[in-house]
Amino acid sequence: MLLIPCPYCGPRPEIEFSYGGEAHLARPRDPAACDDAAWGDFLYARTNPKGIHAERWRHAHGCGRFFNALRHTVSDQFLITYRIGAPRPEIAA
Amino acid sequence: MADLPRADPWRGLALPQLPGLLTLTPHGDAARLSLRGEAASLAPLGAALGLVLPTTPCRAATSGTRAALWLGPDEWLILTPPDDPVRDTLAAAIPAGAGALVDISHRQAALTISGPAATEVLNAGCPLDLDPCVFAVGMCTRTICGKASIVLWRQAMETFHFEVGRSFAAYAAGLLSAAARLAARRAG
Ligand SMILES: [Zn+2]
Repeated sequence: MLLIPCPYCGPRPEIEFSYGGEAHLARPRDPAACDDAAWGDFLYARTNPKGIHAERWRHAHGCGRFFNALRHTVSDQFLITYRIGAPRPEIAA
Repeated sequence: MADLPRADPWRGLALPQLPGLLTLTPHGDAARLSLRGEAASLAPLGAALGLVLPTTPCRAATSGTRAALWLGPDEWLILTPPDDPVRDTLAAAIPAGAGALVDISHRQAALTISGPAATEVLNAGCPLDLDPCVFAVGMCTRTICGKASIVLWRQAMETFHFEVGRSFAAYAAGLLSAAARLAARRAG
């Protein structure tokens, strides 16, 4: 079973977690000021990389907290996890 | 409102027992409080409880018959006997806007699961590593058991407190019974 290191609880089985999509997407402060393209980008455009992906996870059946992770989308390896609010760590592929 | 008698969630359910290997005991009626509080308010909350609220992840603290289980960075489950007046003391100790206390006494039902086969039987449904080096005595956490969300607390090397939503009591009893049958077969 894949183990995911929760920043609070430590390494825990994947089945305790739920996925929360790409991380570090900021909702526009004034959506009404966005044109359709900018709003559409916020809603639907994702980086979808082949490689390192910053994404949100929630330790749903554990401490219940959201956190961010850098995961390699080819190997499925979790490179690092970090708390919400922390900047994306610099990690080479 | 009619004064309805409280039903024991484990009543009528077959709980597996394996002589010398496994004992399951219903925990009985208990008060359960979901406590949320920020770092600045932990000292008065702990004082109201008569214990130090654990801030190390997945650790439980006890004082007499009261226990505080760390469930999250600002979340604890308080377990205490049903007649304990601490609920009101604790509610009064919460600074305005900096915490919450919810009585969840009857949301959950609990078992004490003990014996040399306890970890094997729990691991039939719970994916946690229950090796004592990883999940040591005094550790507690929310996790899962099959399809049920549970809170598991290792009270002694071979003794676990097992909390499950009361509507999952029959499911948990069935799952643990099936696991116990396998454990008995393996023990020969
Ligand atoms: Zn966690």
